[in-house]
Amino acid sequence: MHEILENRVIGPDVNLYRFHAPDVAQFRKPGQFVIIRINQEGERIPLTIADVDREAGTITLIVQAVGKTTKQLALMQAGESIPDICGPLGEPTHIEKVGHVLCVGGGIGTAPLYPVAKAMGAIGNQVSSILGARTADLVILEKEMSEVSEELVITTDDGSAGMKGLVTDAIESMVAGGAKFDLCVAMGPPIMMKFVSLLTKKLEIPTLVSLNPIMVDGTGMCGGCRVTVGGETKFACVDGPEFDGHLVDFDEMMSRLNMYKTYEQRSLEHYEEHADCRLKSATKGKSE
Amino acid sequence: MKPKDRLKIPPTDMPEQDPAARVNNVQEVPLGYTAEMAMTEAKRCLQCKTPFCVEGCPVGVDIPGFIQHIEDGDFEAAIRKMKETNLLPAICGRVCPQEEQCQLVCTIGKAQKDPTRAVNIGRLERFVADYEREHGEVTMPPPPEPTGKTVAIVGAGPAGLTVAGDLIRHGHDVTVFEAFHKAGGVLIYGIPEFRLPKNIVQNEIDYLEKLGVKFKYNFVVGKTAPMEKVVAEHDAVFIGTGAGLPRFMRVEGENLLGVYSANEYLTRANLMQAYSFPETDTPLITGKTVATVGGGNVAMDCARTALRMGAKRSLIVYRRAEEQMPARLEEIHHAKAEGVEFRTLQNPIRLIGNDENWLTGVELLKQELGEPDSSGRRSPVPVEGSEFVQEVDALIVAIGNSPNPLVPADYPELEVTRWGGIVVNENTGQASVRGVFAGGDIVLGAATVILAMGHGRRAAEAMHMYLSSGRWSDLEEALSQARAEVR
Repeated sequence: MHEILENRVIGPDVNLYRFHAPDVAQFRKPGQFVIIRINQEGERIPLTIADVDREAGTITLIVQAVGKTTKQLALMQAGESIPDICGPLGEPTHIEKVGHVLCVGGGIGTAPLYPVAKAMGAIGNQVSSILGARTADLVILEKEMSEVSEELVITTDDGSAGMKGLVTDAIESMVAGGAKFDLCVAMGPPIMMKFVSLLTKKLEIPTLVSLNPIMVDGTGMCGGCRVTVGGETKFACVDGPEFDGHLVDFDEMMSRLNMYKTYEQRSLEHYEEHADCRLKSATKGKSE
Repeated sequence: MKPKDRLKIPPTDMPEQDPAARVNNVQEVPLGYTAEMAMTEAKRCLQCKTPFCVEGCPVGVDIPGFIQHIEDGDFEAAIRKMKETNLLPAICGRVCPQEEQCQLVCTIGKAQKDPTRAVNIGRLERFVADYEREHGEVTMPPPPEPTGKTVAIVGAGPAGLTVAGDLIRHGHDVTVFEAFHKAGGVLIYGIPEFRLPKNIVQNEIDYLEKLGVKFKYNFVVGKTAPMEKVVAEHDAVFIGTGAGLPRFMRVEGENLLGVYSANEYLTRANLMQAYSFPETDTPLITGKTVATVGGGNVAMDCARTALRMGAKRSLIVYRRAEEQMPARLEEIHHAKAEGVEFRTLQNPIRLIGNDENWLTGVELLKQELGEPDSSGRRSPVPVEGSEFVQEVDALIVAIGNSPNPLVPADYPELEVTRWGGIVVNENTGQASVRGVFAGGDIVLGAATVILAMGHGRRAAEAMHMYLSSGRWSDLEEALSQARAEVR
């Protein structure tokens, strides 16, 4: 069992969790993820690790409540436990001195991006970052990212923080301003990673993206997470989760994320019908 | 009773759930023998002086011995005899291909020139195991003297569990590392509930735990900790990580929505209990018409699972003829009785999707049998111009698995074959690194539960010898010397 040591709301429907998971913490490297299961009936969902504390034996996850499992998790309190955390899984990010690295985070994609930005800076890269979100209160880890970045640009769709626009607008204006990048690391919603990759391809900036498709085992056994990269089928769980953004078939990947949409809706409805009033009041409060 | 009279007794059928009823539930299909049926069937055994059946068994169960106890009505003695060599009889009795092993060489079958009339050894094995579980206490062997030696087992499947059971009885300190949240490997994620109820597997795991085996779940050796560390921290290591890398057909459209590997389909249904969605959280695309590509036991499991998940039609698509299917006859028979449609001599060449990337059909090319290939089977030859489209809304690729590359990739010291299997001495299971052994599908490629258990049995014997003597380079000789002394 893995005790929840902290569950803190850090944005609308976004929570930061600290779990007791010493085995996972010990060998984890930036870019890796875990698969968790929150109870005996639960599904297995992959979540990228935001941070670990090896001495304390804890891991930090930042999770947006979007489906049944993540909503149920959001209602759990510090002191409660979940049965399964498996990992760290996937290949770590290849941290290498390349020169000037542009880190682009969208929404909670900033959570897994932060350790990568930190590690990139620590070995002597110049790091510039762009954090994009729909609106101001969805921008997370701004302080942490500014500590590891020479330059930090915030973009919001509605202009409530930073510049009004998309992360791609910020990339274009930075490049127009004379910035030269040797590598771009983009983590966020697939649609954002798709458009960042399209742009950086044009700008000839090598680009890494981190994919988070549907998974079951996370060890290469089921193949549910397959993605097409450069015309070849890859398993995101063992070959990834990071790939060359210029080679990823994002449209296929996004369609595969929708495979269980109607089932997910049914699962959530079934849960809300049968759950205790904790969730009902919570979801009601949010929709109002 | 004279042999002549024994020969006259007809084989005892095992009652089964009615096909029409069973496709609507996930309960086990064959219902098992009653005590009377078992005792009748046991009377058919001739108690041969040279029991070929024992030689036919990969783990060498004393078959005439346990059957004699059944005939005598002493079922406790029968299970004790069984467990001398086989710790997991409830499982083997259900999933072993007995018709290719012990029953194939049974004298009764030979005498009647029909191996299907052999003594039903598998059903009797299942009977004694179920009897023990359903009646009173499971007997525990006396605890052995601790040796102080530590053993790590990577993977809690049939091979690893067999090694664990054998080594804990010798007094070694055994820890099993399992990537999933439950032990059992393919017994839990792969073989469906209606063929092997999961409480039976759990029962066997619980028994190992009672004997002192420690299980570490959610622990992916090679990721959670490097293999190097596991090797350094234990006196011996057994790798039984199985054939967990699904093969795909490499045809157009294989990433369409609604296309599954058999591993994923079965794991969702079994381990994750998609049968009970939305009471459980893991979904599975049900589909109206589901096609399963392949002709092995796994394909039969998928096709039969599809019916239980609510598919209206379940098709098996196989490129050779039915006689060439690698599946057990019993599985083919069960699938047919439940209404699975067999489309043999057809090969998928393309999967077709709609605008939203959902699978809508599969283009099939008819085949005919040509000359025998290297395996001796007549190979399928495409019939030119015979393409046609079959409408389907889900498709399962069940054409086999390769050894899981995770551990070898993390531990390059291990010698592997071109196909990714770990290279071992086949008599001892020794791998290329001192103290490391391997067995089961990570060595064999996708094979059977009982072959994996046979591997586990041999490796455990060698590991015990290694742990007690420290001999490595001449371990095989040490083992044969020891065996000769016993004789």
